[in-house]
Amino acid sequence: MYRYDTIDRTLVNERVEQYRDQLTRHLAGELSEDEFRPLRLQNGLYIQRHAPMLRVAIPYGLLSAKQLRMLAHIARKYDRGFGHFTTRQNIQYNWPKLEDSADILADLASVEMHAIQTSGNCVRNITSDEFAGIAPDEIVDPRPLSEILRQWSTFHPEFAFLPRKFKIAVNGAAEDRAATAFHDIGIYVLRNFEGELGVRVLVGGGMGRTPIIGHVIRDFLPWKHVLTYIEAILRVYNRHGRRDNMYKARIKILVKALGPEEFTRQVEEEWVHVKDGPGTLTREELDRVTAYFPAPEYETLADVDAGHEQHLAENAAFARWVGRSVRPHRIAGYRSVVLSLKKTGVPPGDATAEQMEAVADWSERFGFGEIRVSHEQNLILSDVRVSDLHTLWLEAKTAGLATPNIGLITDIIACPGGDFCSLANAKSIPIAEAIQRRFDDLDYIHDIGELNINISGCMNSCGHHHAGHIGILGVDKDGEEWYQVSIGGADGSSAGHGRSAIGKVIGPSFKAEAMPDVISTLVDTFVELRDEGERFIDVVDRLGQAPFKARVYASRQEKEVLDA
Amino acid sequence: MPEIIRKGAVVQDDWQVVRPEAGQGVNDLPPGHVIVPLGLWLANTEALIARGNVAVWLAGTDDPALVAPWLERLPLVAVDFPKFTDGRGYSVAYLLRSRFGWRGELRAIGDVLPDQVFYMQRVGFDAFAVRSDRSVATALRALKTFSDAYQGSWDNPVPAFRREPRPWPESLGQDSLKARQQA
Ligand code: SF4
Repeated sequence: MYRYDTIDRTLVNERVEQYRDQLTRHLAGELSEDEFRPLRLQNGLYIQRHAPMLRVAIPYGLLSAKQLRMLAHIARKYDRGFGHFTTRQNIQYNWPKLEDSADILADLASVEMHAIQTSGNCVRNITSDEFAGIAPDEIVDPRPLSEILRQWSTFHPEFAFLPRKFKIAVNGAAEDRAATAFHDIGIYVLRNFEGELGVRVLVGGGMGRTPIIGHVIRDFLPWKHVLTYIEAILRVYNRHGRRDNMYKARIKILVKALGPEEFTRQVEEEWVHVKDGPGTLTREELDRVTAYFPAPEYETLADVDAGHEQHLAENAAFARWVGRSVRPHRIAGYRSVVLSLKKTGVPPGDATAEQMEAVADWSERFGFGEIRVSHEQNLILSDVRVSDLHTLWLEAKTAGLATPNIGLITDIIACPGGDFCSLANAKSIPIAEAIQRRFDDLDYIHDIGELNINISGCMNSCGHHHAGHIGILGVDKDGEEWYQVSIGGADGSSAGHGRSAIGKVIGPSFKAEAMPDVISTLVDTFVELRDEGERFIDVVDRLGQAPFKARVYASRQEKEVLDA
Repeated sequence: MPEIIRKGAVVQDDWQVVRPEAGQGVNDLPPGHVIVPLGLWLANTEALIARGNVAVWLAGTDDPALVAPWLERLPLVAVDFPKFTDGRGYSVAYLLRSRFGWRGELRAIGDVLPDQVFYMQRVGFDAFAVRSDRSVATALRALKTFSDAYQGSWDNPVPAFRREPRPWPESLGQDSLKARQQA
């Protein structure tokens, strides 16, 4: 894992002091709320429905056991004993006190963490593949470049007041597990035919009000040019992105307005001036950062373990969990394990301090002390010996982290929604729970197979509803909460054949009470129409929306639906 | 006389920023040192040169290339921040310095607040007309917020990774660094 050196430590500590001073001036009335807002946001602090909310960065989703224990400590000391893992590989605390916020940042700094640029109109936390370094389908490990980008973007003086927020994702595997095409800049790390290391650059993807798949503006860019090229993109955006209307301020709108060709031309024109300048990456720097991500000292193990095989044969519940939660690993005899934060009745992505501590302990006992956070809002143990899987399962079950639903209908991705978020049009968590309660038969949900449901409480799309096989969006109609349903979205992962697609709305919105029935009808339609081996998304792709739409609306009374 | 920060010190300054209303022109300028918008300068260059004591300010929407031909004749250039959250001025300043070679005073005007001057100085500003209801002393202190930086900008174009040797991960030791470098 990356470790801070003097520069990292100095900057993060100075940031805490800077923020402490700003907070003090704000509390003393010297800094107005309007002036303080962008400053606190760039330190992860929102003012929410009940209290401030603090969003802490987990750069590219990687945590050490020590860091996770600190997150647990913060949950206990400053919050109500839990935290919420988000679709952007951050963790959010919903109940900290404004007065405590500088102390929390200081605690984070003590374990080489921060909340820098987790909000505000700046370059946000860099996200990546949660299986980086361990996935068998990896082409290039995305972590070194992600860390290099974290450093480059941190306190970039020119790009701290962009027209709007700016999200960068990096993926280095055959499967896209970072929803890369949905980012302001998406980066695929790869090798060309000559074996040279480089990146493919996408620009202008995003969700929100105007969901768009990013455009490839560079098919292959040699690795050393990555920073200068991104600088050129950001300079064009900073100067020409719209600032008159916050709904039209993302880079995707600029790319659309200029057209991808003209946008690319402007970037290339700008890039000529910075190309090969001092911002050009060096071999030494790439090697140095890469050296922070060595493979741990794996044992030489057989890939098959007799004890494990026996447990599989004798224990159907264990076998079912293995089928969903245990993932292949690059090294024989090891697996990665997805711990589900989607137990029915628990808000998706929430973990208690005790659970975080348990996961930290397992990561040390069963692995090398490393944990990953996925954009699906689950936690991952990266290097578990096959022979330890059964013991881990028993303990994870006790801790409520072994729901065998990864990738299935109840592994719902949901934003905090109206229960916490002051921007929400509608609640997300109760909808997720109602759907989970409806689908309470494990045999049935396994029979349904892979199905991603994503719920966002408003157009900001924190729940990535556009990319859900079934997407649910909270809308406000005359002060009432309604839900718009879309189908056919895909986040670029193998769950959607590697495609990135934006779901299409099926029709008028529904009231909260109707949602479990609507989802049931969609699933029933799929079950009737599916061919052998087909998943929900496959049937939507093959037959389109029509049969689903017909069934859902035929069975509903006029008064229950609303014109969308 | 108002106080501004210039080259890291608080100084008295009598340059007046002129924001003409529609229909106002060169003849409406107040006496003394004036900083006029780029548009006014471009439309009345000769008259303004004849007047003397004239500098130019750019809006975030202005193309800095347009002022480039006149830089030699200008005593100072200012960049306006209509709101402190409008970050265009940072790129305009960076371009004036790094691309168009402006070496004279580059002044931030408008909604200039203490908490932004650190980044402003990095992109090339060396003078700050801090908003009159805000503390110049706080701004002066804020210029020293950070003692290092990862990425290059105008103040130091060389990023941290080229500037100083950063350590090799301890866990791997120096031997492995050498082995890698030889590989
Ligand atoms: S999608 Fe909307 S409601 Fe949900 S967390 Fe984001 S801003 Fe809040």
